[in-house]
Amino acid sequence: MSAGTLRQVAIDIQESEENRALIDAIKADNPDLTIRHMPGLVKLQAAGQIVINRDTVERKLGRDWETGEFQLAIVSYAGNFSEWDDDQIVVKWEH
Amino acid sequence: MTIQKPEAARKKLPLKERYALLTRDLDWEPSYVSKEQLFPYTSYEGIKVHDWDGWEDPFRLTVDAYYKYQAEKDKRLYAVLDSFAQSQGHLTLTDASYLNSVKLFIQGVTPLEYAAHRHFAYLARYLEGPAPRFAALCQSVDELRHCQTQIHTISNYNKYYSGFHSWSTMHDRVWYLSVPKSLFDDAMSAGPFEFLISISFSFEYLLTNLLFVPFMSGASFNGDMPTMSFGFSAQSDESRHMTLGLEAIKFLLEQDEDNVPIIQDWIDKWFWRAYRVSALVAGMMDYMLPKPVMSWKEAFELYFEDQMLGGLFPDLEFYGIKPPRHVKDAIAEKDKLSHEVYKILHNFSFAAAFTTQTPDDEHLAWLSEQYPDTFDRYYRPVWEKHQRIEAGGGRVFFQGLPQLCQVCQVPMAFTEPDDPGTISFRHTEFRGETFHTCSDGCKWIFDREPEKYVQAWLPVHQIYQGNCGGPTVPDVLAWYGIQEGDNGEYKGSVDQRSWAEWHSSAPKQGA
Repeated sequence: MSAGTLRQVAIDIQESEENRALIDAIKADNPDLTIRHMPGLVKLQAAGQIVINRDTVERKLGRDWETGEFQLAIVSYAGNFSEWDDDQIVVKWEH
Repeated sequence: MTIQKPEAARKKLPLKERYALLTRDLDWEPSYVSKEQLFPYTSYEGIKVHDWDGWEDPFRLTVDAYYKYQAEKDKRLYAVLDSFAQSQGHLTLTDASYLNSVKLFIQGVTPLEYAAHRHFAYLARYLEGPAPRFAALCQSVDELRHCQTQIHTISNYNKYYSGFHSWSTMHDRVWYLSVPKSLFDDAMSAGPFEFLISISFSFEYLLTNLLFVPFMSGASFNGDMPTMSFGFSAQSDESRHMTLGLEAIKFLLEQDEDNVPIIQDWIDKWFWRAYRVSALVAGMMDYMLPKPVMSWKEAFELYFEDQMLGGLFPDLEFYGIKPPRHVKDAIAEKDKLSHEVYKILHNFSFAAAFTTQTPDDEHLAWLSEQYPDTFDRYYRPVWEKHQRIEAGGGRVFFQGLPQLCQVCQVPMAFTEPDDPGTISFRHTEFRGETFHTCSDGCKWIFDREPEKYVQAWLPVHQIYQGNCGGPTVPDVLAWYGIQEGDNGEYKGSVDQRSWAEWHSSAPKQGA
């Protein structure tokens, strides 16, 4: 396996009340995020990878949250879902 | 009767285990027929698969979770549709001319959703592995949902505006709609693996952000909440479809080295096919939105050059995959594509189910800003000439039928990659006949499978052969299902007059 790449990955999320907490959580866990507001959606970009942690989202949201609910928020992405389990989602390029 | 709640102690299994049990574990070995009889279509394309269990579904979607999330998505969408209809939301659009992009969408894209629904149902039956079969099944149901929610959403506009009434018939008959239709026909008549690379990978992953997202962002920016909502609702499924496309290509590349050249050929072909369809979107983005969101050029750079060429292709290089064969020509076209395409639509909208108009000065200024290298030099003078003619009471429509590219079916109005002043013509002799193509990309595709593309249903040829209602323009328009008010110039059209009347400032006396 390669040591990891710093090529940009991206997640586009619908801009909505509920997703604000989700975006806050992603910001908290990925300090070098670039955030771009576009009509109706928010584009999050980072070099290498973007991580979403259930714990952080639940803290920001103030309720239980399943990683599957991310399917309700996402509009598009660039990268590969290299991990998606009960606790974490990771988007990154593999090679 | 009451249903007992399950005990709290009986906790849900972890996602990975649930997925393994509910998807893979439900597969079985055939006993009274052979595998070849059960799955007859997975060998003739030359693709070798040694282990279908190597297929990963990162979403780890199970049927219970699928229905739970999809129901929630529909609930959210229908709440928006109701409130928009109840509040006469159509009056809050930026302008009635905005709806031309929605007309293009329901005529050109919605029928593709239905075609995708059908073909993914076929893959859900005929792919050998349980994981891709289940992913294809979910996508088949998704595509039907998209088709239905789009029809439902847009039907509200059909009550007030023209051009929305016969989209299904139009998709099968009208000239510019043969561009998207023929792409899907091409994909559906290919084998199952080529379909995965054409639709799941090229259409849904490589170019989805250029094909679909512009419509949604345009809707959002122009006050069209319902279209934006179904769009984003569909896009949330789309990210699952993108994953299917990416997983398909990685899986096939990992299975056998012999698959690599076959896949590379398909990427080369389908990138260009899908890219040519996106030309219609380019024209829409730069010219049909009263409030443009972002230029085609900027979207192409952000979504395609940065994300795909910069991100994805270095990843695929690991398997020996190179960027698509004619990608340089696409990059070379980014400064001119939308202008060339909208000029065609503007010239021929008397035969279209939408209206067009010459950009006003403010719009021309925006285009100059977006295209500093080309617009003022090549395109502004043409639009200014149209403005002068229209100021004198005229309106130019091209009389006559254009030659079409045998592969992409777009009228032959594209120019040479390095010369915006020369039309790009290519041709091939095959079985004693000459076939015309618009670019090196389309010619390469034709030459690879001439037996397939000589069968193309080209709208212009069909008109000349007498298969489209008759020899005159009114005959053909009647056969297309185009009614008075659907077509032509926007200024003075039925939609424009209704819009002006609904927004006239004179207060109406209450009944």
